[in-house]
Amino acid sequence: MATVVLLTFTGLGLGALYFLIASGLSLIFGLMDVLNFAHGALLSVGAYGTWWAASGRLPGAGPGGAGFVLAAVFGTAVGTVAAVLLEVAVIRPLYTRPREQILATVGVGLAVPALLSAIWGADPRPLAGPKALSGTFGLLGAEVPLNRPVLIAAAVLVLAALKAFLGRTRHGLVVRAGVEDRAMVTALGIDVRKAFTLVFAIGGAAAALGGALGGLYFGSVDPGQGTSLLIFAFVVVVTGGMGSLTGAALASVAVGLVQQFANYYTTAGLGDVAVVVLLAALLLIRPRGLTGRLA
Amino acid sequence: MSPAPAPLLAVRDLRVVIGGRHILHGVDLEVAARGTTALLGRNGAGKTTTVRGVLGLVPRTGSVLLAGEETVRLATHALVRRGIGYAPEDRGVFAALTVAENLRLAERSEAGEPAYDLVHELFPELRRRARQAAGTLSGGQQQMLAIARTLLNGNRLIIADEPTKGLAPKVVTEVARALERAAEAVPVLLVEQNLAVVRRLARHCVVLADGRTAHQGPALDLLADAEAARRLLGVGRRDPARTGPPVPTAARPADPTTEADT
Amino acid sequence: MTLATQPHDRARTTHPCPATRSERLRRATRWWPAPVLLALFAVPYSALPLPGLLDGPIGGPGNLQLLALCLLSGGLATGYDLLLGRTGLLSFGHALYFAAGTYVTDILMLEAGLSFTASALLGLLAGVALSALLGAVSLRVGGIGFSMVTLAFAQAASLLVQRDPGGVTGGEEGRAAPAGRLPASLVGIEHTADLYWIALAYLVVTLAVVGWAVRSPTGRVWAGIKENERRVEVLGLRPYGFKLVAFVLAGTLAALGGIVYLLLTGGATPRTTTSDFTLSLLVMVVLGGSGTRWGPMIGGILYTWADQRLGDLAGSGAVAALPPVIRVPLSQPLFLLGALFVAVIYLLPGGVARLPARLRSRSPATR
Repeated sequence: MATVVLLTFTGLGLGALYFLIASGLSLIFGLMDVLNFAHGALLSVGAYGTWWAASGRLPGAGPGGAGFVLAAVFGTAVGTVAAVLLEVAVIRPLYTRPREQILATVGVGLAVPALLSAIWGADPRPLAGPKALSGTFGLLGAEVPLNRPVLIAAAVLVLAALKAFLGRTRHGLVVRAGVEDRAMVTALGIDVRKAFTLVFAIGGAAAALGGALGGLYFGSVDPGQGTSLLIFAFVVVVTGGMGSLTGAALASVAVGLVQQFANYYTTAGLGDVAVVVLLAALLLIRPRGLTGRLA
Repeated sequence: MSPAPAPLLAVRDLRVVIGGRHILHGVDLEVAARGTTALLGRNGAGKTTTVRGVLGLVPRTGSVLLAGEETVRLATHALVRRGIGYAPEDRGVFAALTVAENLRLAERSEAGEPAYDLVHELFPELRRRARQAAGTLSGGQQQMLAIARTLLNGNRLIIADEPTKGLAPKVVTEVARALERAAEAVPVLLVEQNLAVVRRLARHCVVLADGRTAHQGPALDLLADAEAARRLLGVGRRDPARTGPPVPTAARPADPTTEADT
Repeated sequence: MTLATQPHDRARTTHPCPATRSERLRRATRWWPAPVLLALFAVPYSALPLPGLLDGPIGGPGNLQLLALCLLSGGLATGYDLLLGRTGLLSFGHALYFAAGTYVTDILMLEAGLSFTASALLGLLAGVALSALLGAVSLRVGGIGFSMVTLAFAQAASLLVQRDPGGVTGGEEGRAAPAGRLPASLVGIEHTADLYWIALAYLVVTLAVVGWAVRSPTGRVWAGIKENERRVEVLGLRPYGFKLVAFVLAGTLAALGGIVYLLLTGGATPRTTTSDFTLSLLVMVVLGGSGTRWGPMIGGILYTWADQRLGDLAGSGAVAALPPVIRVPLSQPLFLLGALFVAVIYLLPGGVARLPARLRSRSPATR
């Protein structure tokens, strides 16, 4: 029982990380048809921003308590700015060349982690985080690390905030309509490119927050973290149905849990493979993913 | 024969090339400052492409003057904000959004208070179904929603692309009545295959053939001339072949530009 | 460039202009690949130094090894472009078929004790079978979904290789090929020239196969699929089968390249299974010019050379003396390549192969 509880929390924590990346990926793809290969890089930017601030280089920020919150906010802000820069400087000029947009994000996705490791080295940098979050709590005989529920709560909050944004604001309405039919949105007199920048900012913020919290989950930050999480986030996005937030949330939970349980109860590493095999099977039955959104 | 001294919309030499294929070879058309102007032609003549070209939804060259202002370089959204309501051929309603959200999305802040009174008077059903997802509406209801979106803002021009296509006769009447009512206040450019609707609504008409303007003039004159109507629109004889030579300009040239085109 | 199959160039040559001097010159120069091939063949006999481009004489073992890798990449990129540039399929899993050739051949020699020839044949066969099976699955989803499924399959295989199931793949370390089972003429630094020629042969074979395939009736359907898949369907053809043929052919060429790689580097490494490896193929193709005859080859050669030389440059004294703002990014070849890639997409649409045509159209003398 204790193992099941621990595995569940770990799987959900991992799923929360996937969701933080996949939500932005899914929105960006749904609205703009851009598969953002640089999204993992945005996570890494957020992680390094947080680490940089938490290691005492930002006044007021630090590894403990409120200082860490400030560091995480700083990291998220840096990631958001990076995402906006990416959209405005790299994606927007290639508006009429969709395939080149994807290729350009591939280039950025290669360059940014390399730049990070050029500046701060390729080795992982330990990120301790506040003492209050480094402990464990007992539940049904299991010692669950506290950072798991923190990650899960953050992902749930992000999901709720995104749902509220999409459902209740005019910008959210534009995004939802744009996912369906971009041309018709412009034909209603709306400059849909502003929504592009907006979804990049939102997606970048979520991914960068994932980077900050991922630093807690893994106990360190390293340049390749984002890219390795990105591939599973892709799996989540396809499984959930591209452009669907609820689908991404469900798929994140499923992928995180399957991965953890399969890795524990079979050979280590088989869980990662199982996730991919499940994706292939799902696509054969339902080429449009769980929620039936257009792929 | 120009219907009014200054047309609201004047299109000159509109050309559209998509994927290396020339779809429009130079369309000229004018939308009068009053009433409905019908855009006619056989299937594949380029009617929808003309509308999409005017709006900048497809890459185009030529001249598109809206109330004297050149708009061919404007992005679609900027042009629409000059006061155009557009109901596209496939209706373009957002299936996952509710009826109310579809309408709310169409509100334009610079256009003043949205005219929900008019919309609800013409289409009371839309008020009753406000919370329903637009994708679950019937075809006729979706068309009403599409037209309602064009009426919401005090537009200077409404463009409706085949609004009666695929609808039951009773719904056609309802849609036609709404357009008639709209045309009292705002000029309408109507793409239409249903000649009964054209006869009822349109004062002027423009006929396209093979991506060019083949005829411009009063709508009733064309419909009264059975021979011309058959030749230009293919009515009266089922003729699926549409790859003949360009149809020559009608015996009575509507205006000099049409002549220059041929 | 006369042989390039871009419609651009074809349109140019069919211009109803009289056989001018430039036309005759063009006809005379259409055999330019022959002397180039001859020169490439003769490289191991040459002691010519290429200062700046290479360290030491061009025929030295170190340089031959680098050049062989360049040629191999040129071939691999050409094969990959069969999907990207000829059929319009954006596969992110090409590394899998390459690694299948390397790993299956290596493991069969090590574990089953088969001869190199038998292992290589079976390795090639594994590439065919794997690409047929996974291609059949991946191609059931269209568009970007296809890209993601290919990526997912390759990632699963990559993870599997790195977990070292049963100790056969060697995990993170990879596995060295058993020198005893390889033909003696392919082992050892004194035989680098043989390996170089094998890489050259691979490049020539790939170019020939791709060139032949795209001009075959099937190749014309590929071009149609790339242009507009719907229109191919309207003609009564099923794109699925044609795409699968392209996928298997590309996968087979990749597996063959994997076997050449095994010989060149003397082992299998998990680096070649990763998505980064496929992405580098993508960079090569785009850099050189997707959908052109020589572009992917040029891109592959340039990329591999730059990858190697930038690594050397990063460690050199000249860079160490630079201020940190410039030095730090320069110390990362991947940063430079990523940035270069983005720059190519912006500044050089169509890649290096389109450069002459772009320059020609810019100079007023031609019109």
